[in-house]
Amino acid sequence: MTALALKSYIAVVSTRFRTLLQYRIAAIAGIVTQVFWGLMKLMVFSAFYEVAQNQPPLSFESIVAYVWLGQCLFALFPYNVDPDMRAMFNSGSVAYDMLRPLSLYAYWFSRTLAFRTAPTVLRLVPGLFFAFVVLRLVGLDEWVMPLPPSFVAAFSFFISILLTVALSASIMMLVSISMFWLIDSRGMVNLMAGVVWVLGGMIIPLPLFPDWVQPFLSWQPFRGLCDIPFRIYSGDIAGFEIVGELVFQLAWVAILVLAGVWLMRRAQVKLTVQGG
Amino acid sequence: MYQIHVQGLTKSYRIAERQPGMVGAVKSLFHRTYRDVDALRGIDFDISRGEMVGYIGPNGAGKSTTIKILAGILVPTGGRCVVNGVVPWQSRISYVAQIGVVFGQRTQLWWDLPVVESFELLREIYKVPNNRFKTSLAELVELLDLSPLLDTPVRQLSLGQRVKCDIASALLHEPQILFLDEPTIGLDAVTKASVRGFIKEINRNRDVTVLLTTHDLGDIEALCRRVIVINDGICLSDSSIDELRNQYVHEKHVVIEFGNSPCLESIHQDDVLKSEGTRITFLCTSDISDFVAQMTSRYEIKDITIETPPIERVVTELYESSK
Repeated sequence: MTALALKSYIAVVSTRFRTLLQYRIAAIAGIVTQVFWGLMKLMVFSAFYEVAQNQPPLSFESIVAYVWLGQCLFALFPYNVDPDMRAMFNSGSVAYDMLRPLSLYAYWFSRTLAFRTAPTVLRLVPGLFFAFVVLRLVGLDEWVMPLPPSFVAAFSFFISILLTVALSASIMMLVSISMFWLIDSRGMVNLMAGVVWVLGGMIIPLPLFPDWVQPFLSWQPFRGLCDIPFRIYSGDIAGFEIVGELVFQLAWVAILVLAGVWLMRRAQVKLTVQGG
Repeated sequence: MYQIHVQGLTKSYRIAERQPGMVGAVKSLFHRTYRDVDALRGIDFDISRGEMVGYIGPNGAGKSTTIKILAGILVPTGGRCVVNGVVPWQSRISYVAQIGVVFGQRTQLWWDLPVVESFELLREIYKVPNNRFKTSLAELVELLDLSPLLDTPVRQLSLGQRVKCDIASALLHEPQILFLDEPTIGLDAVTKASVRGFIKEINRNRDVTVLLTTHDLGDIEALCRRVIVINDGICLSDSSIDELRNQYVHEKHVVIEFGNSPCLESIHQDDVLKSEGTRITFLCTSDISDFVAQMTSRYEIKDITIETPPIERVVTELYESSK
């Protein structure tokens, strides 16, 4: 793709991003819910950790970071579909997007990127403020979000989160493309949300799952959404292990994008042959 | 060399059928039955650069299908179609950059963006150089009187304003060809007139080729010298409006203002459609000049008006005759 072509897509991302920044009330409502849930989770985990007989595979400090990162970055994960996109399928106006001189996959990918990141940015500031500052002020020091242990951890976390954004968008694209074949996307989206929360590690951090599921958990793509970046942040994944995990994320992004492009091509053939 | 060449174009859709009731619902889970519907059954036409052509037909005639094929978003089942030297659906991305398409029924602007931001985004998408964009936008804003609308989000525009913005957005990248699918649907008389005026202007100024579908034959009369009529997926006629009128309607209304209340001879009495004192409307099915000559020689006449039938009647007759 030439730089000139890329500019078009960047314009799509930035325009959509700016539009979505208008939805401030939804973001405030969202972060209030997420903070509440974060506190509930921490209550449950601290109860478990107090009665634990063996040393759990994640330190409590790591758990705190894991929970707050999950709550603050909640909107980043592929648990819902852009309502605009759904409306487009319902009204059958998908075909009209093909009137633009853009690759349909790249066009939608750009919009999805904006849809995932804009609400996240809105929620991030109040969320982090609560996790870092408010909790300290009220004296709940154990539950205060810790800082990354090193500069390397912080920097690798940043790279990893960028890959999470790409991974999330590429998963989302598969859900969107499935709408070409399904009349209603709601079933697919509900299924998706369940899968993402459990396999990503949002419900229970993945290292706390029983040993016998670990081989499966370590290879599935959803781990790249929460588990990898969050544990890089807390230093639980460190040293050369980080490189391996970043490659793991990148590989899944590549696989899912290729799958999406291939499916999109088939969908477009179906659309152009069968009509919108 | 024609700019748009369409030959033997056919399109059939496959539609899944389900038998009614519970049994049908269960059956269709395992075995689907399909029915083929022919939307186009061999359409031919050629359009030269700068022409403005009306494309009309009743609902379901195949107008939108044709437009979608020409716009590169639908692949025909058979036939040839070459626009600007390329086959639309084969090189979609480079092709759609050269055309403009407006669907009166649905906007292609971004719903929650101010109009000017939609335009800016289109500039990026179509990679229009900045200075070209400025000139183009200035021209469109002036012709369509858009300046008060530019900062309004699209969702707050009235239908007329929205359609104007949609048409402008389809022309920002200075396409050579403009496809308009029912551009004046639902518009009031004043807005309609201004949209028509604009289309005419842009056709002349930029030498844009226009293909326009509509149900409002006023559009056709105001804009198009040539009109293609289709029904049921085939071309019924391809001619000028006047030819169409002469070909299909062999009767005219003649309104005569007599000097005094005339004593009509019986042969003329049979032709009377309407009588208002000294003003009488006749139906003339024979040669019009003979009829007028006869009348002037026999009666004292103040004024004669020959009314051509409205184009609606011509078209209705054409649709009916094709059934």
